[in-house]
Amino acid sequence: MGRLNVTLCGIELDNPIIPASGTFGFGYEFAEIYDINCLGTFSFKGTTKEPRLGNPLPRVAECASGMINSVGLQNPGVHKVISDELPKMRKCFHKPVMANISGFSVDEYAYVASALDGEPDIGWFEVNVSCPNVHKGGAVIGSDACASADVVRAVRAVTKKPVIVKLSPNVTDIVSIAKSCEDAGADGISLINTLLGMRIDKRTRRPVIANVMGGFSGPAVFPVAVRMVYQVAHAVGVPVVGMGGVSSAEDVVEMMLAGATAVGVGAANLVDPYACKNIINDLPGVLDKYKIGDIKEIIGGVKNG
Amino acid sequence: MREIILTVARNEKIARGTYRMELSGDVSDITSPGQFINIKLDGFFLRRPISVSDVDCDKGVMTIIYKVVGAGTEYMTTLGDGARLDVLSGLGNGFDADACKSDALLVGGGAGVAPLYMLAKALIARGVRVSCALGFGTAEEIFLADELRALGCDVKVATVDGSAGVKGFVTDATDGSEEYIYVCGPEPMMKAVYKKSRADGQFSFESRMGCGFGACLCCTCKTVMGYKRICKDGPVLYREEILWEG
Repeated sequence: MGRLNVTLCGIELDNPIIPASGTFGFGYEFAEIYDINCLGTFSFKGTTKEPRLGNPLPRVAECASGMINSVGLQNPGVHKVISDELPKMRKCFHKPVMANISGFSVDEYAYVASALDGEPDIGWFEVNVSCPNVHKGGAVIGSDACASADVVRAVRAVTKKPVIVKLSPNVTDIVSIAKSCEDAGADGISLINTLLGMRIDKRTRRPVIANVMGGFSGPAVFPVAVRMVYQVAHAVGVPVVGMGGVSSAEDVVEMMLAGATAVGVGAANLVDPYACKNIINDLPGVLDKYKIGDIKEIIGGVKNG
Repeated sequence: MREIILTVARNEKIARGTYRMELSGDVSDITSPGQFINIKLDGFFLRRPISVSDVDCDKGVMTIIYKVVGAGTEYMTTLGDGARLDVLSGLGNGFDADACKSDALLVGGGAGVAPLYMLAKALIARGVRVSCALGFGTAEEIFLADELRALGCDVKVATVDGSAGVKGFVTDATDGSEEYIYVCGPEPMMKAVYKKSRADGQFSFESRMGCGFGACLCCTCKTVMGYKRICKDGPVLYREEILWEG
């Protein structure tokens, strides 16, 4: 294998780059402009049991070096994902994909995982217990170590595929939640989801986002993400998918030094649709620059003190 | 969609708060009137979606007309000749000029007038007789009215303060007897046109967008045909698809 490949929960990736859920749809919009099989994998749009229209508009706000979104888990529901979206995805992506699932109760997570479990394309489940844009479920579960563990156990019980749990940064102690998920059987941890943020229109004195608050992402959150990946990766034994503001191959190296085995790229895809392709192309040169032979060498390689 | 570099060839004020920018480079991705480009601006994270007002494929020049509505468009006014812009081009579905067979009324409000110029040219090239009803706040904000007249369009103008043309809204400059309409402007204006006119037609919607190419779902709207993304499945919707909220 080449110098970029990594293993995530027993599945080989050609490189550690994973477009993050909600920024890459089911892949086919991006497949119009480049061959998305160059990716390690991607995490598809967060899927729930029932179809969801999502939140009222506006759903997006500009920030310094970032953005706030409040889409609210818009998706056609798991059955339409299976009947309509996955066949379209299959035409342009031929690697195991990461299935991002959400729910409003423990049972719903288990239902969605169970419905998707038979799809051969799915390599991993990414269990989102951290969506900041829905008023029940989501981050309400993800901010509670016991509730997060309950969801992990319920999904674990219905699939043999690796279960990665996606955590929220909007918590007091992310390490205890990560450990609790590991103890409940999670095969990996991905973080960070977006930071809860808000903007106000000075002319109207109203929040820019119709749902008042939303998820803050982009390069501005990168240092927070590196810190949390570092904390979690050093506290758990399972692999970590690091994400949050990553927008260059340099960021990927930093995130992996902090402890990430693979690296999610989110907001960058929305302003530069070629972001992931460019990052993958740039990685060998950046490895050379830092005298790194094989990217696996640097996972968790940050020196302390 | 394609990411290209376009060079600012001209950037001038044409009406109150309104600027025309000519961009030179490969403009071949703009294939229909009503499509838009999404511009990366230094110091801003999200791109700025701006509709295309005209394209000259022979010269390789694209014209956009933008209104200053915030910090991003304010910054755009400072761009001088030769500035290079990272642009996602060829976005959105655009107007279908072939759908109108004889007479067309083009209705525009404010910045929504901009794409009607390229549309009028496309319709006239197809032998369609084109009338325009353009709505502005005040006389100083009027743009493209003379250029549309120069194309041979019958142009009526309405201003809210009555300083030019008919006093009132753009609906006060239409009689509701048109055969086919093309509409672009603020949503309340488009809704008023929709209610007054019984004609078939196409409406181009604005929305606050994240990506501009269908990935983020920040500009979703509910239509008769299900959920659509203004950026990718629009911005132009057919009359029969539209569901007005509220």
